[in-house]
Amino acid sequence: MRFWTRRVVFYVITLWAAVSLNFLLPRMMPGDPAAIMIGKLRRASGGRPLSEATITSIHALLGTGKDTSLWDQYLVYWGRMLQGDLGVSSTRYPASVGDLIADALPWTVTLVGTATVISFVIGIVAGAWAGWRRGTWVDQLVPVTTFLQSIPYFWLALVLVAVFSVQLGLLPIFGGYGVFEYPAGPEWSLGFLGSVVVHALLPATTIVISSVGGWLLGMRNMMVQEMAEDYVLTAEAKGLRPSRIRRAYAARNAAIPSLAGFGIALGFVVAGSIVTEQVFSYPGIGKLMIQAVQGLDYALMQGVFLVITLTVLAANVLVDLLYGFIDPRVRRNG
Amino acid sequence: MAELIEAPTGARTDAGTYDAPADTHAVAVARMGRSGRVLPRITGKLLSGLIIIGAITLFGLLGPLVVGDPHDASHEPLLPPSPAHLLGTTKLGHDVLAQIATGTQGSLFVGVVAGLVALLLALVFGVLAGYFGGAVDEVLMLITNIMLVIPGLPLVMIIATYVQHTEGLGALARSSLLVALVLGITGWAGSAVVLRGTARSLRTRDYVAASVVAGERPLRIIFVEILPNLVPLLAAQLIFGVIFAVLGEAGLSYLGLGPTGSITLGTVLNDAQTGQAVGSGAWWWFVPPGAIIALIGTGLSLINFAIDEIVNPKLRLAPAAARRQRRAQRAEAATRGEEVAA
Repeated sequence: MRFWTRRVVFYVITLWAAVSLNFLLPRMMPGDPAAIMIGKLRRASGGRPLSEATITSIHALLGTGKDTSLWDQYLVYWGRMLQGDLGVSSTRYPASVGDLIADALPWTVTLVGTATVISFVIGIVAGAWAGWRRGTWVDQLVPVTTFLQSIPYFWLALVLVAVFSVQLGLLPIFGGYGVFEYPAGPEWSLGFLGSVVVHALLPATTIVISSVGGWLLGMRNMMVQEMAEDYVLTAEAKGLRPSRIRRAYAARNAAIPSLAGFGIALGFVVAGSIVTEQVFSYPGIGKLMIQAVQGLDYALMQGVFLVITLTVLAANVLVDLLYGFIDPRVRRNG
Repeated sequence: MAELIEAPTGARTDAGTYDAPADTHAVAVARMGRSGRVLPRITGKLLSGLIIIGAITLFGLLGPLVVGDPHDASHEPLLPPSPAHLLGTTKLGHDVLAQIATGTQGSLFVGVVAGLVALLLALVFGVLAGYFGGAVDEVLMLITNIMLVIPGLPLVMIIATYVQHTEGLGALARSSLLVALVLGITGWAGSAVVLRGTARSLRTRDYVAASVVAGERPLRIIFVEILPNLVPLLAAQLIFGVIFAVLGEAGLSYLGLGPTGSITLGTVLNDAQTGQAVGSGAWWWFVPPGAIIALIGTGLSLINFAIDEIVNPKLRLAPAAARRQRRAQRAEAATRGEEVAA
């Protein structure tokens, strides 16, 4: 029980820290982000006066700069957060930050989520095999995977685009679907779905290639360690078939850390591959974040960051729950 | 983490299943324990890593002196590679080789500074938490875990955006030093966790207990008794930090949040993107900078492997033991075959 109490306390504190960081950052800066933001909103609305509600909302999010105490601002800020009010975007005025995020989320989750699962499965299977065949030529694959991991993933994306889109003309260069075939936006049809899949191929390949090495290496090293354990020796002495030792004994234990990593990676799915989305102009969360940063859209920036942090936290909670069941040692030593 | 740094002894008894007891894991571990190696053996991996990093460092340090002015925009634009311009020119008429030489220098600078900042923070948080334990441990590890959970790149993007639009910082606001600091401040948490685990295990050693009994001050014990044992681990964490920072800088610059005053490999890639290098097929503009980043990462990782194999002997000895077992098995099968034939 003590284990779970500690974890719950940790997550509550982390949540509090993340929201407070969001609150403090714009207020710590010597400039006046709220004034910049309101100026931007005025320009975006074409000179028409902004509603009182919008201005209050921006002040609550980014700081008033007037004589309200920091503590009062903090309380108002939490109030806004609990109501789910993330403010209005200036780059996409008058859309609310919440709506923009809701629109972008499915794109990122499907693309990066699928790619992460594929990468994990390939990495674990190949890693278990490489660990089993330790001491053979397979060991030479290890440096190759490091090279894959060291490649800046957006650069890999650029190279893939240059080869498959520009040179060979096989795959589309940008976007999440054919914007010219479907100018009205997403619709539920087979043709549209096909367009989405074709557009996802290159970004997904990029993510898989650049992340598979990490899974492979981690699994391989754990496998090598587990194979040196006494229980594997016992299994060998009992005369069990090697395939059984590999699957039911070594690989099963070796996969535990990778499983935890996988849960956390799923949390980072929403944080996404920001830079990859930029290369492909993919309409996901990463693109939104970049838009916000480039347009100094502080409200959007805060909102996206908060959503990203929340998902990572949620994933961590899930991993903790699962991990406690998979590996009882954690509960005892945690 | 505790067992990783444990000095290997011959205590393990997993003698081989086959007829080669003299040369199994346990014996190999015992032998390695006696030799007490501090420096890594020169293996193929280590050597190639050192050569790659040495060559790139030399290129970054001396290259800019040789290849000419990276800001000189008087050349013909978008020339493919030729003897006059070994890597062609950019859309604005810069020599790509000159840009990359200066960019390598810039990227290495950011990497090393950020790596050192991160290592210092990891030392403070990890070693102090591990050594003192108790309340200090709780508080320091809470901060570390929060940093670990908050996603890195978005945080870096936000901090960089706020800082770069802060008035009063002048030239510093968009310098590579500031980018390095931001990357360092956000990238230390993983190392801190590793260091804390090891420091905690070292703390229970007899020689540390002896120092405590002898009345040494905690700081002296940390510096004299504990830190020397952490050296391989510190080196590995520094290398991780440098890789992380070089890649992070490239991503940040590609998004247009990098240093504007200086040239790094990331800013070259950003220029290539805004200059439509991919669309116009100017591969000589965007392929080399990314390749150098990948090489820096690979070279450093290869060196890290060598360090890893000292810190965690199982990784080195287990494959070697497996190899010996297989050889023995094959020899056995061969002799049995001869017997049957006879």
